[in-house]
Amino acid sequence: MSHATEEDVPVKPAAPFDPGAEATRATEAILRDTLHGSHRGVVVDSPPGAGKSTLVVRAALELAAAGRPLMVIAQTNAQVDDLVLRLAEKDPELPVGRLHSSDSDPYDKALDSLENVRKSTKAADLAGLDIVISTAAKWAHVKGVEPWRHAIVDEAYQMRSDALLAVAGLFERALFVGDPGQLDPFAIVGSEQWAGLSYDPSASAVTTLLAHNPELPQHRLPVSWRLPATAAPLVSDAFYPYTPFRSGTGHEDRRLNFAVPSDGSGPDRVIDEAAEAGWGLLELPARHTPRTDPEAVRAVAQVVRRLLDRGGAATSERADDPVPLTADRIAVGTAHRDQAAAVRAALADLGVTDVTVDTANRLQGREFDVTVVLHPLSGRPDATAFHLETGRLCVLASRHRHACIVVCRAGVTELLDDHPSTEPVQLGVTVKFPDGWEANHAVLSHLGEHRVAWRP
Amino acid sequence: MSLIATLARLEAVESGVAQATATVRHRHLTERPLVFVPLITAGEAGAPLGALVGTERDAPRLLVVPQPRDRDLRFAFLAELADVVLPYIDAYADVVEAAERNETDPESGKRVKVEVELCADAPQLIVPSRAGIEFVRLLGRSMRFRRTAEQDPETPHPAPPRVPLLGRWLTHYGERARVPGSSLLLALTDVLPRHWATGQSSLEDQHLGALLAWIDPPEGESGAEAALRAELRRDARGQLVCPPAGPATDPAFDNTLLAPAIERYDRARTALAAAEDGVEADDRLGALTAAEREIRALVESVTRPTWDAVWRGLDLLRALPEGTHAADRWTRDRWSFTGHRDRVTAGEPPQPRRDDAVTAANKLATREREQARLEAQEALDDPLVMAGRRLAGEAFAGEVTDVVMAYSEGKRPSPRPLVTVRTEDRPHLGERAKVYRSSGGKPQAAEFVGYDGFEDSGGAAVVLRIVDKMGRGKEPEAGSVPEKGDLVCFTLFEHEQRGGAKLPDPEETPWTHGGPPGETTVPDADPVTEEDVL
Repeated sequence: MSHATEEDVPVKPAAPFDPGAEATRATEAILRDTLHGSHRGVVVDSPPGAGKSTLVVRAALELAAAGRPLMVIAQTNAQVDDLVLRLAEKDPELPVGRLHSSDSDPYDKALDSLENVRKSTKAADLAGLDIVISTAAKWAHVKGVEPWRHAIVDEAYQMRSDALLAVAGLFERALFVGDPGQLDPFAIVGSEQWAGLSYDPSASAVTTLLAHNPELPQHRLPVSWRLPATAAPLVSDAFYPYTPFRSGTGHEDRRLNFAVPSDGSGPDRVIDEAAEAGWGLLELPARHTPRTDPEAVRAVAQVVRRLLDRGGAATSERADDPVPLTADRIAVGTAHRDQAAAVRAALADLGVTDVTVDTANRLQGREFDVTVVLHPLSGRPDATAFHLETGRLCVLASRHRHACIVVCRAGVTELLDDHPSTEPVQLGVTVKFPDGWEANHAVLSHLGEHRVAWRP
Repeated sequence: MSLIATLARLEAVESGVAQATATVRHRHLTERPLVFVPLITAGEAGAPLGALVGTERDAPRLLVVPQPRDRDLRFAFLAELADVVLPYIDAYADVVEAAERNETDPESGKRVKVEVELCADAPQLIVPSRAGIEFVRLLGRSMRFRRTAEQDPETPHPAPPRVPLLGRWLTHYGERARVPGSSLLLALTDVLPRHWATGQSSLEDQHLGALLAWIDPPEGESGAEAALRAELRRDARGQLVCPPAGPATDPAFDNTLLAPAIERYDRARTALAAAEDGVEADDRLGALTAAEREIRALVESVTRPTWDAVWRGLDLLRALPEGTHAADRWTRDRWSFTGHRDRVTAGEPPQPRRDDAVTAANKLATREREQARLEAQEALDDPLVMAGRRLAGEAFAGEVTDVVMAYSEGKRPSPRPLVTVRTEDRPHLGERAKVYRSSGGKPQAAEFVGYDGFEDSGGAAVVLRIVDKMGRGKEPEAGSVPEKGDLVCFTLFEHEQRGGAKLPDPEETPWTHGGPPGETTVPDADPVTEEDVL
């Protein structure tokens, strides 16, 4: 097993690392290429919490100010609504169009109170507005309009190549922004037949784009503002070994305190470990279990219950005073939907509501103070490609601003060693690094240092 | 694997016989399918050794390549195969019915209905195993770009006249088999496990003999014993009693029987070529014919058990009544067949070696839609499949315990009745989740409002708001709203699939995908090199 070590990181000049300045420099270069560059596309890789949304909003405002009609393509309605709200917050005067579907409740009701946001199901109604925003799925239905001069494609690594094919005729140039470490897009049927083709419809939009346009400038946001100093090195080493990033905050900037002392139980001990170290592993005895392992699910629920009961307070650079750790600042992440449903039911039994419980796919792009993760390989007899997928673990391990607590059965290390990757090698497909096997080992060996063994 | 499938396998292990996982047949079977049991030569991908093919279970046609490395003999095999398969296909191409199709009028750009032909039925190909489908694809790929002497008098190894056409049809069938729920080309080891769960792994289910042993074990024997026997039992000569369903052969057969027989054939052929006069040649021709006959007998001995097993499997499947929606899906297969028939008649070139970006994206979109459609239709057709979805929290069934009339807000209030369903299922209902039920064959949508308290027995009372299919009036149409005491089943998945957005034409492939693919020409066959021993 090889880890990215200190030597792999490019040697920086002696000056101390100034995250703010580094981030600004990267952003300036991106905006320069976007506004004044000669290429049709610009690609920006953004690690978790590196200010991707801020960049999108800023680029949109600058393009609009330069008088270039702009379309923005996001992947989900929630992402679209979020962008509209952020734009309106920055510039309430800016005319923005929200293109939406004809389903019931197609957009966030909060948009109705924004005066400069026009909403319609038809692109023609929104013609002439500075910025028009919608999902890739809705844009695909827009036909017979004058192409936009510029587009911003958000979450481009989670967009499938065929979705880009459907909308690429709508714009002349585009800025593609996304996180290469998160979950790859997937198809519900086999697509091996096209593996290795540059335009494999099930590949990510960026893969296809760069295969056909390798000369496009690629940028990277170098600083994660979300991940604390305890998490950034691990996530960077395990999931971004060749494109490292740093945390924007130091060890002293973030603190998690609890008013109620530990009662000595497993959940309380792991909470204290995570509050101190940023990571905690609550290890249950080894056992093969069904996916909705009742003991593990209950353990997750108990950890959440104790997090709320112990009067947590989070200190960070965002506020002068500690902020109470409330239910809306906690999330539970799982690999499967039935696991999420089981955790929700277990939480309801303990009287906990309002805590977000979802799968890795749905937690993408979201941020919380503390996350509790049911390890994808916990209790499994086998390690399938789905459970090993690098992006899944990366999403689950990078949603938190303060601490991440992983609940897992013992024996995953042995499981990994028993199941080396056996996916068939496809000719012409670029091998992705790191592979899930290696990333899982890297994360586990780090978590092992913060282990609390517990027999419920 | 779903929970219900796991349970069915456990039950199969315990009871010693495969358990039904379907109450109806989810794939259409035609009255006269063409069964194809091919074999290939070990170590020579794409070199056929022989096949049994035909539509009559008692009279299969045996095709054999006595020396699989001989290009001429291989062409003879393919020509013979074309003689069996193409007349079978042609018989369906001419029987048509009138149908309507929506097309875009090139002048006005509007959608108009056009009268077109639709083949009344379609030819159906059955192979024993999934690997057989791969082999059909391989045959198709190896044949469709071949040139006949008529097409290209210069070609060094002209193919027999109908071989490229057979290649195009096999390619079409191989490609169609990738569409979920299609039945033009079926592998028995895919279809049988859809309807029965055995007590072995899905990998082991790919052995047709073992699979049938689990589903229909001989009198007085358990499925597990019979399956083990099917996999391992050998006769006095060390040969498997139940040979593999192919196209790969058993190494023991290759080494001890086939290889010596082919060697005898080669020697006889060399001897015949060296004959010095007519009498000698006559004798040696006799020896060659005998050697060939021996190989034919060998090939028949290892294909015939599979042939019989395929028909037995078809009998088992035919005993199940066909699912309602299987006929709908077969109609799509007929459209697919008719479409390819039209392309062949119109003189279009063979399918390209690789899909262009737009074609690939269209195929993927179609298949994903068909997959979702298949999953929904199988559940709607079959209470046992629906039970699996209910167990997975994707559907729930129960009795209507209360109906309260309510109306939507707005200028023209529409009926939005609140229906309470008492269920013992545990659906994963999120806030305001949409659910659907089948009402007179059409899906009716409702919205999850909340639980009317949990009950002790683990059941729940689910409150739903019905939102459509109640007519245009202020009062819902009679029978459009469930009534108290009705037994209903709601699903969390949609019953019908929306069509996706239209992709650009291939000539308008955008810059992100490499631009238009350019002129499509029929590529030349790969040049023959020194290494081409075949």
